[in-house]
Amino acid sequence: MSRLFPFHGGLKTVRHKTESNQQAIRPAPVPRRLVVPLRQHIGAIAKPLVQPGDRVLKGQMIGQAEGYISAAVHAPTSGVVTALDQRPVPHPSGLADWCVTVESDGEERWVERKPVDYHRLHPSELRNLLRNAGVVGLGGAAFPSAVKLNLSGHCDRLETLILNGAECEPWITCDDRLMRERAAGIVAGLHIIAHLLEPREVLIGIEDDKPEAIAAMTAACAGTGYQVRVVPTRYPSGSVKQLVKLLTGRETPVDGLPVDVGVQCFNVATAHTIHRAVDYGEPVISRVVTVTGQVRQPGNVEALLGTPFVELVELCGGYQDGVERLIMGGPMMGFALHGDEVPVTKATNCILAASAEQLTPDRPVMPCIRCGACVDVCPANLLPQQLYWHARAKEFDKAQDYHLFSCIECGCCSYVCPSRIPLVQYYRYAKNEIWAQEKEKQKAELARQRHQARLERLEREKQEREAKLRQKAPPRSEPAVAKPTLETAVARAKTSPAPTLETTAETVNRDG
Amino acid sequence: MIAAIVALSALAGVAGLLLGFAAVRFKVEGDPIVDKIDAILPQTQCGQCGYAGCRPYAEAIAAGEADINQCPPGGEAGIVALAELLGRDPKPLNPEHGREKPKMVAVIDEQSCIGCTLCIQACPVDAILGAAKHMHTVIARECTGCELCVAPCPVDCIHMVPIAETITSWKWTCPIADTEVRPSVDRAAA
Repeated sequence: MSRLFPFHGGLKTVRHKTESNQQAIRPAPVPRRLVVPLRQHIGAIAKPLVQPGDRVLKGQMIGQAEGYISAAVHAPTSGVVTALDQRPVPHPSGLADWCVTVESDGEERWVERKPVDYHRLHPSELRNLLRNAGVVGLGGAAFPSAVKLNLSGHCDRLETLILNGAECEPWITCDDRLMRERAAGIVAGLHIIAHLLEPREVLIGIEDDKPEAIAAMTAACAGTGYQVRVVPTRYPSGSVKQLVKLLTGRETPVDGLPVDVGVQCFNVATAHTIHRAVDYGEPVISRVVTVTGQVRQPGNVEALLGTPFVELVELCGGYQDGVERLIMGGPMMGFALHGDEVPVTKATNCILAASAEQLTPDRPVMPCIRCGACVDVCPANLLPQQLYWHARAKEFDKAQDYHLFSCIECGCCSYVCPSRIPLVQYYRYAKNEIWAQEKEKQKAELARQRHQARLERLEREKQEREAKLRQKAPPRSEPAVAKPTLETAVARAKTSPAPTLETTAETVNRDG
Repeated sequence: MIAAIVALSALAGVAGLLLGFAAVRFKVEGDPIVDKIDAILPQTQCGQCGYAGCRPYAEAIAAGEADINQCPPGGEAGIVALAELLGRDPKPLNPEHGREKPKMVAVIDEQSCIGCTLCIQACPVDAILGAAKHMHTVIARECTGCELCVAPCPVDCIHMVPIAETITSWKWTCPIADTEVRPSVDRAAA
């Protein structure tokens, strides 16, 4: 067993894994109506390709990737598009976003699927294929994978490729079940990633509370040279920068990415979708979701994207009494939902129906006593209480001096805070304010430039008008140069009445 | 005695030459403080401050002719930033110049527009598109919400609409009430 390089801080949390990881992944039935958001990834929203009334086939592209950081969106089943409008999506704001609604015809007719031999494709063609298949990171961040599969500009040669199967959040078990049941598919996807990135070594990081998954992945990796590394159960070992540190000992720079130190990291479920996209020609239209907490039969379901949360909860036996809040993601990094009608997206790894006891008790927030417990657990080596003071005081530039943007919002500091201060909320607030100020600044700069350009244009037009005026007035000056007599002046006045008036009228017309 | 006079005169001459050279070589074009003030102002070019635009207002502040609390779009945050830059006490917005409002964008009711071009001439950032006797429209992305186009419209077809919150513009709120702490103002006032 190779050496591990423990990261600073972190927590031992109550795991709550066995509630949902005992049964196999259940396929969820196709719902009658699917609401597919066009923005299921980080980056630009996909451009809709369908209109209400269109018939679509299962796997047909309904939203095209726009811009470099973006991913395509596909019809999860065959049917008719009934709406293209804004609907509530799983987001902490509870706001609506653009969605395509597909009424299922129950036939599940696939679009033509074209498996490809990836050895024959140029890397850029392969990346384009994945982008058009809608492949994004399924660990929860939903970052377009095609972007991460392009090393140019970051490093010449990738040292280490890491497959992230740590799944450190309490309650969530979708990656655990996926590794147990579909290890071969994951490794097939890993082959494709390794083919593109050509790393020196491939490591698979799995926390030691998943012995079955470790066994399955070890067996699937036999003879491939990929190494399964068992890491201790310590939250947040599944966070990218922490896992990179843990497995390779390399620290990701403050303003950089793991790829800047020669490491790239993918989630196990992402590897599986890459395998399906390349070897079967199937785009990302479903994912495994853990439905757990206060539901009668917690477990993992494979749901089509766009399935309403409430249908998955019903499939898992419905709510138990005492559900206080519905959370998407884990209890540490997830967010509370405003309703259970929102659709499953590529980022939906877990639906957690939490009871009051499972949530942080609503004790009153007390003043910070500067105990430093948050500093001890911060896995990003930050000073959370300094960040807290500055965020609270709206001194955002000082918060940035303390590396606010290195915060991964893991929630360890809030978890241990004896005063129950919602620290992470302060950091999110400060980050959002800084981004908003940045946007305002850009907008102001644009307005300044446009105003300047307008003033210059007006000045130029004025000068052009004056120049024209001077050109049109030569009769006044030329004869004067020639030989000014009373007769010529009278004659001129008779033949051309008031040339200046004419030009003035013209200018007025143009202005009007 | 004479040696001292000569030596001091020589020193004065050399220093004078050096200073003269520096004055030419390191001459600062324009007034840098105006640029700094202008960078803080919101660039709406709305004229609510009583000046013809953000730049003239910045020049007036630098010259000591205008106060720092005359810019409603900049709001309290703008006043605090100006106070910090100029080493003055922040003060509340002067209500004579208007109130702080949510961000707005101008919208032309295209059914009623008669194509008179008056709003195009009023727009300080050329954010209105159209031609004489043709329908006009506002380029929402460029509109600063200055409201200068509203008054000239002879058929009252321009309305200011608050910018709706979307998923991308939504922000996490501060966990404590907004009024609880105002350290930058408090400390500066103390």
